[in-house]
Amino acid sequence: MSGLTFNRRGVWAIYCFEMARFKRTLLQSLVTPVISTALYFVVFGSAIGTRMSQVGGVPYAAFIVPGLIMLSLFTESLSNASFGIYFPKFVGTIYELLSAPISSSEIVLAYVGAAASKSILLGLVILGTAALFVPIHILHPLWMIAFLVLTAANFSLFGFITGIWAKNFDQLQFIPMLVITPLTFLGGAFYSIDMLPPAWRTVTLFNPVVYLISGFRWAFYGTSDVGVGISLGMTLGFFALCLALVAWIFRTGYRLKN
Amino acid sequence: MPPVLSIKNLTKTYASGLCALKNINLAIDKGEIFALLGPNGAGKTTLISIVCGIVTASEGQVLAGGHDIVSGYRAARSMIGLVPQELATDTFETVWATVTLSRGLFGRRRDPGYVEKVLRDLSLWDKRNDRIMTLSGGMKRRVMIAKALAHEPEILFLDEPTAGVDVELRRDMWTMVRGLRERGVTIILTTHYIEEAEEMADRIGVISKGELILVEDKATLMKKLGKKQLTLQLLEPMGAIPAGLSRWPLALRSEGHELEYSFDAGGDRGDIPALLRTMGELGIGYKDLNTRQSSLEDIFVSLVSERAGHAGGAEARS
Repeated sequence: MSGLTFNRRGVWAIYCFEMARFKRTLLQSLVTPVISTALYFVVFGSAIGTRMSQVGGVPYAAFIVPGLIMLSLFTESLSNASFGIYFPKFVGTIYELLSAPISSSEIVLAYVGAAASKSILLGLVILGTAALFVPIHILHPLWMIAFLVLTAANFSLFGFITGIWAKNFDQLQFIPMLVITPLTFLGGAFYSIDMLPPAWRTVTLFNPVVYLISGFRWAFYGTSDVGVGISLGMTLGFFALCLALVAWIFRTGYRLKN
Repeated sequence: MPPVLSIKNLTKTYASGLCALKNINLAIDKGEIFALLGPNGAGKTTLISIVCGIVTASEGQVLAGGHDIVSGYRAARSMIGLVPQELATDTFETVWATVTLSRGLFGRRRDPGYVEKVLRDLSLWDKRNDRIMTLSGGMKRRVMIAKALAHEPEILFLDEPTAGVDVELRRDMWTMVRGLRERGVTIILTTHYIEEAEEMADRIGVISKGELILVEDKATLMKKLGKKQLTLQLLEPMGAIPAGLSRWPLALRSEGHELEYSFDAGGDRGDIPALLRTMGELGIGYKDLNTRQSSLEDIFVSLVSERAGHAGGAEARS
């Protein structure tokens, strides 16, 4: 054991443990987002979409698909990852994680990996559901997957940080409810930001979610609100920021250790 | 043989300014059962938490199996199992899943056979597929022990293992501890139940207000500090101790019906026959007599109160 440099069994054990919880709650984990996606289609796609015709050469119902997937990806990654690390803190089983021969980066890898896996799976299920309502063609499938994975990892990492920061369940709900949902709705999930008045358009550019949704939509339809390079850069930048924050948390033991 | 656990100049001051541990030095040998005694808030749990990696030390060094717990944390922690004081379990998971997780966390290869053995030893096998929340408090305690043993630790920490536990589980636990010791596992336990330490431990450390005030072999400690008492129930009550018996430190009890003689367990045992002889000569009759050796509890209480006498001050938290 003394030669152990990467505790792969530890990472795998956490990953499997977290995925098992997902399996146990499979019904609510998958059915809820699928139903809400269907509702979005009924409301936005059928009711509004018939009056909107096209956005940037794409039928409106198809146009909102990437935004819808992103919306679920944000909220699910965030709630999965934050709950995954908050719960052991809450019930006290975190003692075992802290006393195990596992490094902080391995802990992050396992928890964030599991949370991201779940939301990627979910994103694909929503994509499948959407395909039942509108014909979807993906122009750059590899980029689509890349944006999907990166975004899931990004928000899972962000969720992990929220889970460590949260001192109670209210705080755990705070970020998804008060930060992510508004940013997503204002981030062009259901419209192109070109449709906004110029002043609001400028304001919107400070919303990081715009870049994620825009990049993801580009992978589908080849049209985007901002350049793909900028989207990718912003995504990676956000990722680096979260990584730095996690590194700081573990170095200082913030809300984990005395 | 070098000690399996070596603690040097360990100090912990919490952010609140509270000094929970003051310059602790302790070496634990392989295969021994060490009992850490101390009142609530003495620093027992802080000490264990530092060794296990849950709390960061302010100063000092801890080596487990020769590995520094900070720079060589992987090797050090792999050797250590911890059963914390608080019942903290993955309530929604099954017994099997949570014990399997523990083994994996510590980098051990999956071994259903070993996990089965641990569960059987702790009478948990029938409950393996039950959610932990459906178990009783005693069963949850067993689950926590199973988790700590899942990775075959060489050093096992039991923090107040029998607090709030029924007689049966306590007995099982003692049997288990002895079994582990036979396999060479080093056991460090903290307890309030002094009879437990007396029954189980090879060595005893007493911690009070963050200081390790005593470390001693249990037998030596009992001999060194143990008092014996001889109580004689007198035929006729006595008003005062006769001058002829002034050689012995005697006291009258029960309104003169009992005569009590206190002496050091190791020392002047030979005086009992002389006392009884003299009493015979003086015509003092007795109908019954018994002797009692002071327990570890008496020793502990006198030690701690002695310290409190000249230290005073506020309680430290554990």
